[in-house]
Amino acid sequence: MQLRSNEPTGPIENRWEKHKEANKLVSPANRRKYTVIVVGSGLAGGAAAASLGEMGYNVKCFCYQDSPRRAHSIAAQGGINAAKNYQNDGDSVYRLFYDTVKGGDFRSRESNVFRLAELSVQIIDQAVAQGVPFAREYGGLLGNRSFGGAQVSRTFYARGQTGQQLLLGAYQALSRQIEAGTVEMFSRTEMLDLIVHDGRARGIVTRCMKTGKVSPHIADMVILCTGGYGNVFYLSTNAKGCNCTAAWRTHRHGAAFANPCYTQIHPTCIPQAGTYQSKLTLMSESLRNDGRVWVPRKKEDVTKRPEDIAEEDRYYYLEERYPAFGNLVPRDVASRNALYVTNDGLGVGPEVDGERRGVYLDFGDAIDRLGEQTIQERYGNLFEMYERITNDSPYETPMRIYPATHYTMGGLWVDYNLETTIPGLFAGGEANFSDHGANRLGASALMQGLADGYFVLPFTVGNYLGEVRTLPPLAEDHADVTGAVTAVEERIQKLMNAPDPKHAPEHFHRMLGRIIWTKCGMSRNKEGLEKALRDIPKLRDQFWREVKITGTGEELNQTLERAGRVADFFELGELMCLDALRREESCGGHFREEHEENGEALRDDDNFSYVAAWEWTGTPGEPRLNKEPLTFEYVKPSKRSYK
Amino acid sequence: MSEELLNLTLHVWRQDGPDDAGRFETHQAKDITTHMSFLEMLDVVNELLIENGKSPIAFDHDCREGICGTCGMVINGVAHGPQKLTTTCQLHMRQFKNGDEIWLEPWRASGFPVLKDLVVDRTAFDRIIQAGGYISIRTGSASEANELPVAKEIADQAMDAAECIGCGACVAACPNASASLFTAAKISHLSLLPQGQAERQDRARKMVAQMDAEGFGGCTNHGECEAACPKGVSLRWIARMNRELVRAMVTADAPIESRKR
Repeated sequence: MQLRSNEPTGPIENRWEKHKEANKLVSPANRRKYTVIVVGSGLAGGAAAASLGEMGYNVKCFCYQDSPRRAHSIAAQGGINAAKNYQNDGDSVYRLFYDTVKGGDFRSRESNVFRLAELSVQIIDQAVAQGVPFAREYGGLLGNRSFGGAQVSRTFYARGQTGQQLLLGAYQALSRQIEAGTVEMFSRTEMLDLIVHDGRARGIVTRCMKTGKVSPHIADMVILCTGGYGNVFYLSTNAKGCNCTAAWRTHRHGAAFANPCYTQIHPTCIPQAGTYQSKLTLMSESLRNDGRVWVPRKKEDVTKRPEDIAEEDRYYYLEERYPAFGNLVPRDVASRNALYVTNDGLGVGPEVDGERRGVYLDFGDAIDRLGEQTIQERYGNLFEMYERITNDSPYETPMRIYPATHYTMGGLWVDYNLETTIPGLFAGGEANFSDHGANRLGASALMQGLADGYFVLPFTVGNYLGEVRTLPPLAEDHADVTGAVTAVEERIQKLMNAPDPKHAPEHFHRMLGRIIWTKCGMSRNKEGLEKALRDIPKLRDQFWREVKITGTGEELNQTLERAGRVADFFELGELMCLDALRREESCGGHFREEHEENGEALRDDDNFSYVAAWEWTGTPGEPRLNKEPLTFEYVKPSKRSYK
Repeated sequence: MSEELLNLTLHVWRQDGPDDAGRFETHQAKDITTHMSFLEMLDVVNELLIENGKSPIAFDHDCREGICGTCGMVINGVAHGPQKLTTTCQLHMRQFKNGDEIWLEPWRASGFPVLKDLVVDRTAFDRIIQAGGYISIRTGSASEANELPVAKEIADQAMDAAECIGCGACVAACPNASASLFTAAKISHLSLLPQGQAERQDRARKMVAQMDAEGFGGCTNHGECEAACPKGVSLRWIARMNRELVRAMVTADAPIESRKR
């Protein structure tokens, strides 16, 4: 497999312009002759489908939700970065680029990241023009805040619902195109396979989730904007329906999967309360600005009420270990340390599976210093949400928090055009691996999704179609189409008719999640990963033998939907562990216990400064590794230190 | 953190498909902890139903953090259940007592046909937005964002209206099954902002016409919608929608025809 990044050369600030100048176009009159499939309707997919429809392409957009407005982009709270420098604090495109490359721990492609920073300013213009009600100052201009430890205020936000408002902006633009007839929308429709003809992506096979009907959709090209794979951990902050099936099905057809071991574990989530728990809820990172993180110093105190633990018996472990940054250390450092103190038996809260996995986030000092009124103004809605879920008031007793999976930096390998290793198959948003390296900075997921959807894909799609000009017609009765449909139908039958049906798909998903979380979570080691690689195939075999689905495949069947997704998580989970095992260094969200120095991550640029792009070989667990070397012309790799 | 175990009797609306007549079915939910969310309680019931070879209760849900608007059912006659300003997914079992009987029904409205059990088809909401719930701006043609200041109080009001999550509880709660609160929230959000002025009148007429064409009832000021809304979207937006509509009608050249469903 040849990995060509196709990135332009020359001064980095001119690369995107230069690339656009050199590339092919499709004339307005010819665009309607091309059918473009967009799978997913979140920030990337919704924005891409709307923009392509507007340009005149014949677009078909698919989502598993009942409406495109429900994609999980909607849940993003904090904000979106843009290098507008409205606050006059010295921000610039270059600085945003620099911060993002460094924040990604030098594991991303410089050209892509620069383009992202460059496009960030246009996103804000676009969203404001659509009516996105961003926070404003009294003078009527846009407000900003500093977010995630950035030294400039470049984050735009709409209360705690920035993702919602940006998604509704894209959804409304998409709705306008549906009304105009340029986009045909298929909601409650799940992509279950890719149609490849003559080496190119030419369509998809879907299952209608209302009737169970399996159908092919033929097109000139396919774009996946299907989100991340965080639900491989079972418990995550993702929506319950988030899944890797569309991306994984294309991987099995030859799309390389890059850096699967790069996952982000967010430090401030509400801890698990019981084994029945179905998902975890994120509490905004901004809470660490005023909250102090601690656990009891003595094991015998973990069951005491926090109010009854004397000041000298409280272990403010982040403040003690990282005096310079204290409670504001980056996400990965905060998460890992929560793991260590709870491993030492100092965790608090209810016991789940025999362990207490929680640490305190205490606002007592902040309330004494600033008054309850100020704290309420800053965090009122978050405290309310916390109380609704836990029944504890953070005004009276410390919050309990614990890290949870939040975002996956890994994804389908794409070149500068966002094209995967299958010609005609593109990937945008969290589904691709492109811009965040080994670690994503706060308020940059929305930025990337919208940059890909509004500004990159509409252009690179034209370039692809302009290059291929006319594709030979593909009939629905061609063997490449009927073969894909049959494969989907057979797989559904196989799931429905396990030889020894015993348990619902959730049962297996929980067990898989437990393996991945403990062995390939915040802290990883060789022994654990090797054990995971032995256990996952066994559990997968058990799944295929014992999964139990009632009802039929020809109706609305949520158990069947879940089973298909869990089956793919098994294969992806195995690849994740393999990637984590092979990457013998610690970088960003990937921390290998063998590679540390005084407890801090030790990157190995000499041997691992590459993108690991895994190629399917036909057998789960036996992929081929391809490497895309990373070079840094502008931001020289340096060590992250927060001591 | 005191934990209590509940045993509950659920009377659940079961309907095999859009054409099935449907009926209530009784299920027991045993050893439910008060820390569970309402949907986790249903997960436990469903997992047991599957293991016993029975068909699980179909219900819509996704983000489970109260923002996507996917979940929603009528719990003991109240859309999203007993807790104010709370979606079904954020409702927790500590709101219930041991031995409670709980009646679960789908949103009931002719604009929201039942697909299965507690799952309804809300695509009518999408069509109302498609009729005009947007500002027409071509990608890439926007001017500099700070060129047009928006007074903070106007932006805040627009945000209040824009908080609607499109769950449909307003329709389920309304005795007329009116979609006025949903439609009014979007009309208000966009008509408040300077960017939304050009299409203001067309938007109001088209969205209201579509709302009527979908078979939702009219608003007769019961106020149940606001009471049921998990995001506290205010009734005053309906008054605003009516003002927008009157304004649009008196200045219209020709009546706008309802689109087909």
